[in-house]
Amino acid sequence: MTTHRNSAPAHTRSLPIRQLVLTLLGWSIALIIFFPILWMVLTGFKTETAAIADPSFIFSPTLESYQAVQARSGYARFALNSVAIAFGSTLLALLIAIPSAYAMAFLPTKRTKGTLLWMLSTKMLPPVGVLVPIYLIFRDVGLLDTRTGLIIIYTLMNLPIVVWMLYTFFKDMPKDILEAGRMDGASTLQEVFFLLLPLTLPGIASTGLLSVILSWNEAFWSLNLTSSKAAPLTAYIASFSSPEGLFWAKLSAASTMAIAPILILGWMTQKQMVRGLTFGAVK
Amino acid sequence: MRLARHLPVTTLAAAIALAGHAQAQTEITVATVNNNDMVIMQSLTDAFEQAHPDITLDWVVLEENVLRQRMTTDIATGGGQFDVMTIGTYEVPIWAERGWLEPLDSLPDDYNEDDLLASVRDGLSLDGTLHALPFYAESSMMYYRTDLFEQAGIEMPEQPTWTQVRDWAEQLHGSEDGLAGICLRGKPGWGENMAFVSTLVNTFGGRWFDEQWNPELNSEAWNNAISFYVDLLSNYGPPGASSNGFNENLALFSRGNCAMWVDATSAAGKLYDENESDVAGTLGFAPAPIAETPKGSHWLWSWALAIPASSEHKEAAQAFITWATSEEYIELVGETNGWTSVPPGTRESTYANEQYTEAAPFAAFVLDAIKEADPTDSSLEPNPYVGVQFVGIPEFQSIGTQVGQTIAAALTGDTSVEQALDNAQRATERTMQRAGYIER
Repeated sequence: MTTHRNSAPAHTRSLPIRQLVLTLLGWSIALIIFFPILWMVLTGFKTETAAIADPSFIFSPTLESYQAVQARSGYARFALNSVAIAFGSTLLALLIAIPSAYAMAFLPTKRTKGTLLWMLSTKMLPPVGVLVPIYLIFRDVGLLDTRTGLIIIYTLMNLPIVVWMLYTFFKDMPKDILEAGRMDGASTLQEVFFLLLPLTLPGIASTGLLSVILSWNEAFWSLNLTSSKAAPLTAYIASFSSPEGLFWAKLSAASTMAIAPILILGWMTQKQMVRGLTFGAVK
Repeated sequence: MRLARHLPVTTLAAAIALAGHAQAQTEITVATVNNNDMVIMQSLTDAFEQAHPDITLDWVVLEENVLRQRMTTDIATGGGQFDVMTIGTYEVPIWAERGWLEPLDSLPDDYNEDDLLASVRDGLSLDGTLHALPFYAESSMMYYRTDLFEQAGIEMPEQPTWTQVRDWAEQLHGSEDGLAGICLRGKPGWGENMAFVSTLVNTFGGRWFDEQWNPELNSEAWNNAISFYVDLLSNYGPPGASSNGFNENLALFSRGNCAMWVDATSAAGKLYDENESDVAGTLGFAPAPIAETPKGSHWLWSWALAIPASSEHKEAAQAFITWATSEEYIELVGETNGWTSVPPGTRESTYANEQYTEAAPFAAFVLDAIKEADPTDSSLEPNPYVGVQFVGIPEFQSIGTQVGQTIAAALTGDTSVEQALDNAQRATERTMQRAGYIER
């Protein structure tokens, strides 16, 4: 939804057909991608019977479902867990990933490429394959249903992506700047803090944001490793489905409330995100 | 950046909120599903905590299948995350046999165990010992719209047959705009379409397995039952019937889009509620229809509360489950939420209560259906399993769901009934061979 803003008004008169088609295509794809979210928001404002009736855009909106959702369980507690876990794991991941990406980008060895690939390969394992061992470890060290436990899991889950992204950003940075710093007598730490980090801040920010979003949306581990105290918003949404009784409107209302914070955050940081994600894309 | 500035404040607020909870009390974690009766139970947390000041309740509400997976992981690994679990008649004997559930052999006298309905109690027992306490129980029955039946001059007999139901469906289908003659479950799943289909097969004289555990899915009785089901639902059912489960049919029927519906007795309370249902004033009910035999024509299910063997707070957990399934609790719900909302089907005393029988005209009916359902004798010919609409073996979840999918395929017309049943038979044979019930 962000890609069509560049065409300045002056160009519009002489807009070639190709560009028009591309713009239309872009908008259609964006609308298709956005449609489920729009439908969810609309359903949240319907009554339960209207939610399950034949799909329609015309209905009399009601806050019934939001009231029911509010009355039942503590949204705030789940939301706080989500915030703590998503930001906590992102901070931890950045803390580990920055030094390792620095080492890989500026002091590569024969095996750096292999190490990077191997790290990424851990993402290819279906999480359910390691559920039981992790569950047992968590049980023995008392991490079940704790925020710390989830922060650790999410950090490990996102670390490969975070390292990869940072590695790409760091590698794109001209080595000469760091060398110049070194000539002036900067230590490695000073080099990282005063040169590398400020210069790659957009990249670090977008990496951090991506990690926050991934942690916010994660549902497998949060459902399996928490019960009540550390349960984040994904568990909150899951609690509204019902085998007996209508629940779609309430589920949609709960989901809308669950994605609202991250949606707003994404909206506010849209520019940085796109810039960061395309930072090293064109070479 | 503004968010970052607010973060310390929010974290502090969270810390304070959490500190408030940390008291030296026994905290028990109750895992449950989001059914209406459970939502009421959750809303009465305060009443329990007032009566038991040393116990606090923590709720985990999850989608049924996620909950089941979560509970099995926890029990199998001895995680001890839950002190009370909500499980059904299908799981209780299986889990109890594996030693996963705490036997409930020392219930307090005032719990009045003999008041529990015998068929429900038997379903939750292993070797005569209760392993879970019934929260609510249901059977199945037929709902119909009395206005349509009167207009068409049809009189509902005391015990309808499936042949009659087919004739009525044909007569009433389309007589109003968007009216289906009959609504039935079509959505695949062992707890969805197969719950209904199993009762239909039972009454058509079929069974899942013979006494040596050989599957009989391509028998004549199954073929008759499924052909009848596919014909009935594709000709006189609502559009897209193969994706309708209990919830979808409940919505269709309560909006007045079905002339008849055969499903769980627990729907009655919702259909009689004028706020939720357009047919509250014209709702009729009858026993589940029969064909060759009345045996197994209606099911028996109960949602029950159990204590996992891994719980560290068994005493407090028992205090909670005896409270939530007691006469006292049922009265509390009657007084706070209205008598149609009380959890049905568990105790004789509920049906002796005039306030309930007056508010719920279907009460006596449901009681009879539950009492008559016999999970140990559910088919015309003898079978080796326990369960009316399911087979009480661990393999049934996968068998039931797989067969459910082939039957849904027959319903949509993707395969013929014969082919669907042959496929189902082969798949079930393989599973049973692998599990060691029958020889390869």
